[in-house]
Amino acid sequence: MKQLMVFVRKEFYHVFRDTRTLLIMFGIPIAQILLFGFALTSDVKNAEIIVADHAQDINTKQITDKIEASGYFLVKKANISTRGIETAFRKGGLKCAVIFPSRFGADLLHNGKAQVQIIADGSDPNTAKTLINYLTAILMDYQQQSGTASALPYSIVTETRMLYNENANGSLNFVPGVLALVLMIVCTALTSVAVVREKESGTMEILLVSPFKPVMVLIAKAIPFLAMSIANFTLILLLSVYVLNISIQGSLLLLYIESILFIITCLSLGLLISNTTNSQQTALLISMMGMMMPTLIFTGFMFPLENMPWIFQMVANIIPARWYFLIVKAIMLKGLGFAYVWKETLVLAGMTVLLLTIALKNFKTRLS
Amino acid sequence: MKAVTLKNIVKTYDEGKVLAVDDISLEIDKGELFGLIGPDGAGKTSIFRILTTLLLADKGTASVDGFDVVKDYVSIRERIGYMPGKFSLYQDLTVKENLHFFATLFDTTIQENYELIKDIYDQIKPFNNRRAGKLSGGMKQKLALCCALIHKPEVLFLDEPTTGVDAVSRREFWEMLKRLKQQGITILVSTPYMDEAILCERIALIQHGRLMSVDTPQNIIAAYPVKLYAVKADNLYTLLSDLRKSEQVESSFAFGEYLHVTLTSGDISNASELKKHIAAQGHTNIEVEEMAPTIEDSFIRLTNENQNRNPLHKFNNR
Repeated sequence: MKQLMVFVRKEFYHVFRDTRTLLIMFGIPIAQILLFGFALTSDVKNAEIIVADHAQDINTKQITDKIEASGYFLVKKANISTRGIETAFRKGGLKCAVIFPSRFGADLLHNGKAQVQIIADGSDPNTAKTLINYLTAILMDYQQQSGTASALPYSIVTETRMLYNENANGSLNFVPGVLALVLMIVCTALTSVAVVREKESGTMEILLVSPFKPVMVLIAKAIPFLAMSIANFTLILLLSVYVLNISIQGSLLLLYIESILFIITCLSLGLLISNTTNSQQTALLISMMGMMMPTLIFTGFMFPLENMPWIFQMVANIIPARWYFLIVKAIMLKGLGFAYVWKETLVLAGMTVLLLTIALKNFKTRLS
Repeated sequence: MKAVTLKNIVKTYDEGKVLAVDDISLEIDKGELFGLIGPDGAGKTSIFRILTTLLLADKGTASVDGFDVVKDYVSIRERIGYMPGKFSLYQDLTVKENLHFFATLFDTTIQENYELIKDIYDQIKPFNNRRAGKLSGGMKQKLALCCALIHKPEVLFLDEPTTGVDAVSRREFWEMLKRLKQQGITILVSTPYMDEAILCERIALIQHGRLMSVDTPQNIIAAYPVKLYAVKADNLYTLLSDLRKSEQVESSFAFGEYLHVTLTSGDISNASELKKHIAAQGHTNIEVEEMAPTIEDSFIRLTNENQNRNPLHKFNNR
């Protein structure tokens, strides 16, 4: 027991005396949270649009005001022709154009029907769709408010709600994703490198030729990274709550327990990698490339898994981060209890037991 | 009971393609300072790793302190000290932290066996709080020895402990080994430096995974079968090629500023006759003297004899 304590303390020395490890450990989560929170957002804000108002009547002015007030657009008013708009698109910068024909107000009044043209830059389909949706919503809204719709015999009024995320805050989806990603990188990569470093420096030979049980070497290596990962998890939670204004809906305790389970999964994976490699570069490459990419792609926080061909969906099922992502989303965002995540927890626990068993069994009590 | 025994040990790598240890049998007595002498790639480290239970031999049996290296590896690990060739300790830990870590790992304390390491530790104690990575080669080696000794092992395995260490530190290191031997510790040390062989009680000369000779250094030197001459002249290089061409000369190798020369059982039988022979080839400033052979002379001679018996092994003449 005393040996284990001293060993663990030695591991902490290694971590705290190596600026690179510290940077990976605590720099990556901070950078990721800030990046995803502020830079890599799929929300559209301040998109440049041209409103070409050939009617200049009360209706078009009111609609233009509404567009400006929405906050999504930087409105430029210019009475230019269709050709002029095309030139403006070609110059770049312009995302969308709204064109009111000259008889807009009159048509609306007399025929009860008027046309407005929306042209968007289709070379960026995601943004274009989003902008068209925003504009259509604004027009619908205006129609209802002004009462022109009441002229119709019946009308359907849509009432939408974004459940669990009323403000459509994009951060809500990626925080669980970043959690999975960061824990994966920190636990798996750093643990495998820490074990392989002993092999490279030759100290592993001494550790093996000592009365200290070889399996205990792995356990002693894993403990500091478990502690550090829990600290990391706390850091990400704090950043999410205080910087990204996300509130945690469910039980914090349950969230911690599930996270510790996932951390142990990642640690086991790291130990498994370290068993099969002899150089730090290989270990880092396997854990970074072999683990990070699948985690990014198959977790479901960047690309919806439902759209993937079945074979990729099957692949996604063996990625531990995928299950952890589901659990965190359920607890953190929807406020659900253990009763709703026990299946995912069971899958994750099964993976952990399997990986840990293989890692411990595979650990060689001799060289090669 | 012997401290170390090897019986017909064979070790190959890459699924039998590379033969590292070729049927070696050896016995080392308790309390002996035993040297395994041979160049890089001779199989020294493989033997060390088999004895320290880190590798399994393909064939043969071996024991350390009476315990079998395969069956009783746990008991062996409690009784031996090991300093691997590339052992560099934990560079980011201080001298004291390294020592404390290894003491605890071997279930002891620095105080418990302080007497054993005192002589060595005293020299690095002023740098207690310096990180191991910032120590000089000689000091690193002393620290590594302290770490290997801290649990008072029965048998100490030192794999090329003096490689990469300056001449003064090397001499000091061998002094330390002699003092440790007086404490009753069996020491098995490997080295590629022939001049260190003479400092061991008994040595084994190893080449291509085979033992060429096992004896005291003095006996190995005494067993040198022919007279050996140290020869020098103005142009050493042409002298060497001339001698090698001569039918009277059996072998000729460069050792620093001299050539070590042995003769065939021909017309020449003493130094002055050899000098005349060389002078006849047009060399100037000739010095010829009969000399006592060194371990290195024995090593080269034994290697060549093995070479002629088993021409598969290629040997580079120096």
